[in-house]
Amino acid sequence: MDNKITIGIPRSLLYYKYNILWLKFFKELGIETIISPESDYEIFENGKKNTVNEACFPLKIYIGHVYYLKDKCDYVLVPRIASLENDTNICTVFNALYDLVRNTFEVNILNYNIDAKKGLTEEIAFVKMGQELGFGKEVILSAYKLAKKEEYKQNKINYLLQEKRLYNEKTKILLIGYLYNIFDNLTKKMIMDVFIEYDIDIIYANIKNPDKDKKTLKNLTYNQQILNSIEKYKDKVNGIVIVSTFPCVSNTLINKMFLRKINKKTISILINELNDEEDIREKILNFIDDIKKGDTYE
Amino acid sequence: MNNKIISFQSIPNNNIPIKFLIENLTNCEVKLINTITNKTLQICSEYLSDYMCSAFKYTLANYIESLENGANIIIHIGERCSLEYYFEFQKQILEELGYKFEFYCLINKDKNKIFSLYKILKKLNPNIKVIKFLYYLSLTFLMTYYMNKLDIYIRKNIGFEINEGSFDRVKKSMVISFSKTKGFIDLIKKYFYFKKKFKNIPLDKPKNCLKIGIVGMPYIFIDENSNYFIEKKLANMNIEVSKFPNETFLFLSRPLKEKYYLGKIKKYCKYSLGSNVISSIEKAKILINKGYDGIIHIKSFGCTPEIGGMKILEKLCNDENMPLMFLNFDIDTSKVEIKTRLEAFYDMLIMNRKKR
Repeated sequence: MDNKITIGIPRSLLYYKYNILWLKFFKELGIETIISPESDYEIFENGKKNTVNEACFPLKIYIGHVYYLKDKCDYVLVPRIASLENDTNICTVFNALYDLVRNTFEVNILNYNIDAKKGLTEEIAFVKMGQELGFGKEVILSAYKLAKKEEYKQNKINYLLQEKRLYNEKTKILLIGYLYNIFDNLTKKMIMDVFIEYDIDIIYANIKNPDKDKKTLKNLTYNQQILNSIEKYKDKVNGIVIVSTFPCVSNTLINKMFLRKINKKTISILINELNDEEDIREKILNFIDDIKKGDTYE
Repeated sequence: MNNKIISFQSIPNNNIPIKFLIENLTNCEVKLINTITNKTLQICSEYLSDYMCSAFKYTLANYIESLENGANIIIHIGERCSLEYYFEFQKQILEELGYKFEFYCLINKDKNKIFSLYKILKKLNPNIKVIKFLYYLSLTFLMTYYMNKLDIYIRKNIGFEINEGSFDRVKKSMVISFSKTKGFIDLIKKYFYFKKKFKNIPLDKPKNCLKIGIVGMPYIFIDENSNYFIEKKLANMNIEVSKFPNETFLFLSRPLKEKYYLGKIKKYCKYSLGSNVISSIEKAKILINKGYDGIIHIKSFGCTPEIGGMKILEKLCNDENMPLMFLNFDIDTSKVEIKTRLEAFYDMLIMNRKKR
């Protein structure tokens, strides 16, 4: 068993959901990991050059991260996810991610495949991935369980901290968007940092109680979490900020269909490669003025 | 609801078999909508963002037209992409527009679409017997299969007909005749009759004509309105056209063939990429092996599964030195732009031929 390999983890897309799980899992197996740096315009440009024009903004960033890692590690971790639960679907970008990277770069890929509809759960996928690295089933399962425990712990802490923030006196906004959109450095700088600068508390729609995940709509794995949060937090915040990227069908539907029904100050920010940071900042500052005044409009 | 009038997601080439199935099993009236007005598309644009895929817009427009024309039951057939599960939103939009209707989705939680179809039809007509359902379903499948077989012949030869409109005239009479099918023997007889009629159409086809294969997003394929009649445009340039996926594949053989396709293109794909992307890539490989001159990939703007497959298709065509053109369609796509790009692609293929 060769434990001296290094696995590169692109700091993009699923990283923001699974980073605790991945890092703890590989640490428990004694494998070194290297994470690509925070996104910047160089990473984005490299992604843009290596994918089709029409690919969405986060996918271009992801490809840029893989480009950064390709000569710096033995394997790049590129999971493939088709469905996380039996009756749900996920954006097809995650279906195609592995083959897309494989056909774009000459790089060794460490891959696992989750397709709950076909009985391939996350646990099975991790066992297979671990076996490919030369570990025994028991060692892998032990590492996986410890990693899951760590992931649960961190999610619970995040949730409890968020719940606590709901009861302070500060002005609050509900930030809606996929994790990889709102936490990526390029968008974070443009959006989250402005709210932080003006002492606005951010309630994240993606942070959920790991013990309880109510379902109201089928088939929309990541959107579901956001929808539940809108329902839960809409009356406890002063305004709602929707962050979406171009072009994303799921974002479109969420924005158009659900938020029309919420009588709350709302701002929608569409991120694409042509964004002017100053424009977005100005838009957010106007919105902050509005929510602090307490006007109500639809 | 007293007078049940059913409408469904329009699949122009296959509306007749589906209408035939529903009418024979439910005794309900079926309203077919083949054209979509600009007014309806505008309504959709108001409700949907510009970058919502055109398949979503067209199907929604299709339902609005149907409801305006008196339908009170909508059957959503869906696709293996957003259309599979975004029907919930379409239903909400229609309700918000004030329409009163029953909405059924063929691709729902039930994995087996045939069972799902049976359940829908049973709701519309509680007296359906399983045997009768299976009989008409088989007849419908055979009708779809025959229509597609004839369509393949038409596509390959329509560009070379001596008397303009000959193929269209025979096709029209075939559709009318098929819709009045009385049973298996009647259908088989009709098939061979029209096959002969098509083969008797006089052609002026050179042995070594230009051949183009079209692959891509199923909805854009099936609905000629949304692909701006690309096949006809290519035929007018005297090109033999082959397209994939066809309706037989979508309705009958797709579920059985996914593993087969992955096996054929394992150099490029390990997993299914969503929708029908792997089958498009496999078909492109076949077209390359058959010596086609070029491949056109068509899709709706923003179609995520197809975007995932574009890079892979590009690599395959680069490896095999095969000219490839990507065409995007949306409700705002300019007809002139499509025409110009097709002409430029045609010129390039002609030049390639000369070089060879």
